[in-house]
Amino acid sequence: MTRKKRRLYMLGLALLGLGSATALALTAFQDNIVFFYSPSQLQTQQVGDRNFRLGGLVEEGSVKKQPDGVTTVFRVTDTAHTVDVRYRGQLPDLFREGQGVVAEGRMTGGVFVAREVLAKHDENYMPPEVSEALKQAGVYKNPADSATKTAKKE
Amino acid sequence: MHRFANPARFLRLSALLLPWCAGATVILTILGLWFSLFSSPPDYQQGETVRIMYIHVPAAWMSLFVYTNMAIAAACGLVWKHPLADLFAKAAAPIGAGFTFVCLVTGSLWGAPMWGTWWVWDARLTSVLILFFLYLGYMALVNAFDDPQRGMKAGNVLLLVGIVNVPIIKFSVDWWNTLHQPASVVRMGGPSIDPSMLTPLLVMAGAFTAYFLSVVMLRVRTEIAQRKIQTLRLSVASGVAGDGAVSDGMQG
Repeated sequence: MTRKKRRLYMLGLALLGLGSATALALTAFQDNIVFFYSPSQLQTQQVGDRNFRLGGLVEEGSVKKQPDGVTTVFRVTDTAHTVDVRYRGQLPDLFREGQGVVAEGRMTGGVFVAREVLAKHDENYMPPEVSEALKQAGVYKNPADSATKTAKKE
Repeated sequence: MHRFANPARFLRLSALLLPWCAGATVILTILGLWFSLFSSPPDYQQGETVRIMYIHVPAAWMSLFVYTNMAIAAACGLVWKHPLADLFAKAAAPIGAGFTFVCLVTGSLWGAPMWGTWWVWDARLTSVLILFFLYLGYMALVNAFDDPQRGMKAGNVLLLVGIVNVPIIKFSVDWWNTLHQPASVVRMGGPSIDPSMLTPLLVMAGAFTAYFLSVVMLRVRTEIAQRKIQTLRLSVASGVAGDGAVSDGMQG
């Protein structure tokens, strides 16, 4: 075996070892890398009184402004389960019904009281005319469908 | 492949290719900017803000592309001891770091109006930040040794260790739930992006690639020239020392 060959095999082995070590470490930290919990995960996860992030879609027809003008109540859904959310503050531009959202806060008496609400957008990009045409043709893919897919994957 | 590792052949080839790459950079950039700023529609959800994508996404692709190429060069440098491979990695590092920086900054500017935050510690954003630090760490490490050969070797090992981060960045949005949305172009089932918006994106990606090729060739040529000057100086200095004369004026 020439020295070049030996160096090549050493390098291959080292990379293989490094790759497996990283894969193992990431699998072990799986729960800590998760950015948010879905409403379904909340059913099984013990969150207690600590801060966490809740992610899902804003349920259609659930957004209500409170009389004080700064508090918004809405429901976050992953189509299987829903969670009631209360948030006091300004909402991002992309916040709308049927769109993805990630809220940070804690559960207080069955209601998720959010300190911060972030909008999550999906991977679809198209001009407004195209989305109109798709809706009219009845083939428009609602973002909720991809959420169902994600929920099934869990 | 070994044929191209010859510095003399590289100098000839790059002299030939450089004007073409530079020309392609200029033309593609003008074309891409015109497409992305004037001749493409706003997004149905994000409106005009979507135009940040035409800088952000090519920069992100290039940051991964450049790093992967540097790691391949590092492997060639370690196994076959090609001097040109070392020079390529060293020359490409600041360009890759620049792309990563542009990606992070534009992403932040995009996140502020759309997500409602400049930065979050989700898997995608964090792994790209680590990529930026890998670039900086590599540049610092290569220059930290008195013996450039040892610096190159240490840097190559760092590049190969850091390669595990590349698939993590790419698949972070699929493996974990993140605030960052999943891939729109390179994904199963084809792009989920309208052709009228895909065109400016791909033209800009072409412009970024042509820019990288031009600058990296220029930088490798400069490195080779510097090595030559270094060798000449050393031989002159040893020649002078051999004569017993002390003269710094010659090296001017």
